Amino acid sequence: MDAKTYDMGKIDIAWCPGCGNFSILKILKDALSDLEIKPEELVTVCGIGQGAKAPHYFKANVFNGLHGRALPPATAIKAVNKDLVVIAEGGDGDMYGEGGNHFLHTIRRNPDITHIVHNNMVYGLTKGQASPTSLEDFETPVQVGGVILEPFNPLAVAIGLDASFVSRAYSDDLEETKEIIKKAIKHKGYSLVDLLHPCVTYNKLNNRKWFKENTYYLPEDYDPTDRNEAFKKATEEEKLPLGVFYINKEKKPFEEKLFAYKKNKNPMYEREVDFKKLEKLIKLKK
Amino acid sequence: MKDISIVLCGEAGQGIQTVEKILVSILKISGYFVFSAREFMSRIRGGSNSTEVRVSDEPVNSFVEKIDVLIPLDDKAVGHVKWRIDKNTIILGKKEFIEGKSEKTFDIPFTELAKEAGNKLYANTVTVGVLSGMLDVGFDIVKDFISGYFKEKDKKIVEGNIEAAKKGYEIGKDLAEKYGKDFDLKKNEKAKELLLLSGTELVSLGAIAGGCNFISSYPMSPSTGVLVFLSGQQEKFGIIAEQAESEICAINMSLGAFYAGARAMVTTSGGGFALMAEGLSLAGMLETPIVIHLAQRPGPATGLPTRSEQGDLLFALFAGHGEFPRIIFAPGKTEDVFNLACKAFELADKFQVPVIIMTDQYLLDSSFLVPRIDVSKFKIKKYFVKTNKDYKRYKVTKDGVSPRGIPGYGKGLVVVDSDEHDEEGHITEDLDFRTEIVDKRFRKLNSLKKEIESPELVGNKKFKTLVIGWGSTYYGIKEALKILDDKKISFLHFKQVYPLHPDTREYIEKAKKTIVIENNATGQFARLIKMETGIQIDHSILKYNGLPFGVEEIVKRIKEADKKEGK
Repeated sequence: MDAKTYDMGKIDIAWCPGCGNFSILKILKDALSDLEIKPEELVTVCGIGQGAKAPHYFKANVFNGLHGRALPPATAIKAVNKDLVVIAEGGDGDMYGEGGNHFLHTIRRNPDITHIVHNNMVYGLTKGQASPTSLEDFETPVQVGGVILEPFNPLAVAIGLDASFVSRAYSDDLEETKEIIKKAIKHKGYSLVDLLHPCVTYNKLNNRKWFKENTYYLPEDYDPTDRNEAFKKATEEEKLPLGVFYINKEKKPFEEKLFAYKKNKNPMYEREVDFKKLEKLIKLKK
Repeated sequence: MKDISIVLCGEAGQGIQTVEKILVSILKISGYFVFSAREFMSRIRGGSNSTEVRVSDEPVNSFVEKIDVLIPLDDKAVGHVKWRIDKNTIILGKKEFIEGKSEKTFDIPFTELAKEAGNKLYANTVTVGVLSGMLDVGFDIVKDFISGYFKEKDKKIVEGNIEAAKKGYEIGKDLAEKYGKDFDLKKNEKAKELLLLSGTELVSLGAIAGGCNFISSYPMSPSTGVLVFLSGQQEKFGIIAEQAESEICAINMSLGAFYAGARAMVTTSGGGFALMAEGLSLAGMLETPIVIHLAQRPGPATGLPTRSEQGDLLFALFAGHGEFPRIIFAPGKTEDVFNLACKAFELADKFQVPVIIMTDQYLLDSSFLVPRIDVSKFKIKKYFVKTNKDYKRYKVTKDGVSPRGIPGYGKGLVVVDSDEHDEEGHITEDLDFRTEIVDKRFRKLNSLKKEIESPELVGNKKFKTLVIGWGSTYYGIKEALKILDDKKISFLHFKQVYPLHPDTREYIEKAKKTIVIENNATGQFARLIKMETGIQIDHSILKYNGLPFGVEEIVKRIKEADKKEGK
């Protein structure tokens, strides 16, 4: 499939020139077209923030909900129609801050959705405050003496919760990131892509040079089924590893465990209420 | 009408609810009209809880203060319900719990009798036996029911329970002889044909009938029963029931589910609903349907978690930032609880607006005899459309309702957005279009006018005093009016509190005097009427101690209010 299938035509994109989100948008379109996912079969779910605007810039069904709340509707959409491909997309503030609780519990549920977090370690839309992933001492107009909180480590948290697919990517590495995203989408179950990218306006610390110097790819012989090793890699601080950290293929996705699909595989919208059964149930109350 | 009010009172965990459950069923099967209501503390063990079982030869559906027969199960019980005891109250129980508490006390050693039957754990069955004997239900009915109730248990346990019931039954019969006509109630075949349902079951069954196939909620008294009920029906009816990590998750999940083609609801109480306020606003913006069951309890904050109040009416009306249309039901009559829970899904889907069903602890935890519910001719109309390539989710239409597509059904793309959006659903800051789409959303309020439930007038059409109520006070006020037996006083009950039916004004203007009765401290419905019609209600009868109105109190307070000046 041609990546142009996802083009919106002439649209006004709200990102700053040079923003890492542009590469992410391109990578996503390429990955989706490689996988031959038609726009009408795809639902992108997002919250609020610069990253969360991405679904407005390529063709798909879109559920643009509330700040921090993309994961609950994404889980439900997949649960009521398993035929849809569901991607939840948003930034580090959206997904790890405002929506942090949903992040934890969505991992526990393990719905077959792909969770792409545009992680630029800063708040863009609200103009440069610290995000949960901002490094210590990072100075902002609010964190005036520098960040004093421990940065949130989404990969370690996800592996700690035995998430079924955990990865980290970097927006400037188009080919590598595309392959990671493809693996994440193909994975049956919850998959996290923590997608590092530069914010050219508000994050002067973690710029392109910093990312180049502070990241490296997991070696080819790395075994992503080893949870302890994955946790070790996720807690490395000197340089941030990139790639697929952890896969647990044993886990059944949430929607496949639901009673509603035991006898009937159809999506919920095709179903009818069994009024005969209801009549019977009511009669029991006599 | 003749009726007997039986009250069981004791600690949480002593089995009051088991006695209630068995007794109410046995009484109904034998041909009595029954009603039961519970008041309990927010604890799993200990404290003082009570359950009232009303038995009558005519339909009864409301809470009364009087106690004809009291069974205290511990030494705190009599004190707990003291305000409801008078010289006619018969108190039955263990000597130390009843001694000197009234003129008519009877020492019945429930535990000892149970031990004689094989196990002290059968004490509750002895109680059932005593009450069944007093009301002459026929021991065969008791025996059959108990055998059925304990059928999963060991044969020895079943026989022990029957023996325990028998011992109680004999005592009950003697008591009935002693009090003769006090317990002489006529049985009625009609009662046997009715359904025995709690408010919680009525809401849940109504939801299934309305096509509900998705519920995500966070447990919170008194709303949890609906989540429990629907969870139990998942396999049978293909329902997805998910316990969310928070109410915030719950409503956002349900919105996702409705967006993708399910019929979804949440069940919650005030505090949880407060957390859902942003999600409710999202429903208004996305025009994604949602049904919210709001089970009220006294607030603010944690308030009285297990008790009853009608304190969230104006909150339900104004919750959520920004402006958007909504529908609020507040049924009180059993048939309405079922029908409106069902209709909520139809209207939410048809007009793409949030529909809130307001109930409260009193309504949900009470058990009623309900006329036959016939769902054999029910049909669900699906309102979503198959999309084509150039589909636009927010097409501006005359009636304000844009045909709703769902993802994966058709060639179009369904884009919904919490930002203000264009017809396609994408973010826009076109301020001219903003006005246009706000107007579109509010045109739905006009379109749904035809569907507004009219208030029910109970009593004479030519009234001088109009008593007004909403929600769970329906039966209590109705019974009070019957007792008052005054042709000049009628009762207008609202099962839909927003938007108000256009006839509201006419009813109120016709009255020389208006009295609104509601279970809150600030007269919220009277204020809503003022806001919508401009008419000031003359008097408010309010109660906010956590208990529902008893019929006696309504009678007394209507009399007082009716003496005061009208407009």
